[in-house]
Amino acid sequence: MPTELMETNKVEAVQNGTEQTRTNKVFIPRTDIYESKDHLLLMADMPGVRQDAVDITLEHNILTIYGRVETPKVEEYGLTYAEYGIGDYRRVFTLSNEIDRDGIQASVKNGVLKLVLPKSKNALPRKITVQTA
Amino acid sequence: MLLQRIADTDLFSSLRDMQRLQQQLSRLMSVEKWPSTQEFPPINVWTSENGAIARTEIPGIDPNDIEISLVNDSLTIKGSRNPEIPQEELTCHRQERGHGQFTRSLQLPFRVEGDEVQAHFSNGVLEITLPRAKADQPRKIGVISE
Repeated sequence: MPTELMETNKVEAVQNGTEQTRTNKVFIPRTDIYESKDHLLLMADMPGVRQDAVDITLEHNILTIYGRVETPKVEEYGLTYAEYGIGDYRRVFTLSNEIDRDGIQASVKNGVLKLVLPKSKNALPRKITVQTA
Repeated sequence: MLLQRIADTDLFSSLRDMQRLQQQLSRLMSVEKWPSTQEFPPINVWTSENGAIARTEIPGIDPNDIEISLVNDSLTIKGSRNPEIPQEELTCHRQERGHGQFTRSLQLPFRVEGDEVQAHFSNGVLEITLPRAKADQPRKIGVISE
């Protein structure tokens, strides 16, 4: 069976010294990052996260994505077999480019966060023509 | 060198560090309770007398591309996740999300009422409700005294 799917176990986020106020687990979402001439594209797997449960903060050049998962309650049933843990998602990236904050677009579809981060006009590469004297 | 570092820092904070390490270690040790698997997608199963609920995390897939089949007591989930590589000229910095086809089968400890199986997909999580076949449900047997 041809499959390119990689390890599925979620990696738990370890935060140095700091602890959560809630006792739930926090995982690092698997993320793809692409860059084009004028924007950065980030896609993160966050199964169980609704569109309105995602927090994105950009402070200086530190981008933090946080997705809250509502713990699904299963009444009258007991968990008998588990291969994945349930918890929130958090990941922090340091961005090297200057980002146009007002143009950031975020959407969640089928548990995947898609983030478009347009580069700021000042940071766009400029072509400088050499003038001959 | 390690001794020196411990001596340098305040005693209580290193105690806290040790407690945290211990917690992480015991979580690692208790991993057997959570059978880890490299298979995709990972499945969690809840059971009761009346049936089972299976949940699986398949983010980024169209619900119409998921194929669920049931033969006697075994459930099979099939599908594929297509790479969403955008058309434009993009340089890839990081690629951690996998793609491709997957098939997973799950054998249940009871027969399933095939007509009443329900599947819901929301936010990348597929939930399949599998009611136990009526003929297979535990029955209470009254004792008749003569």
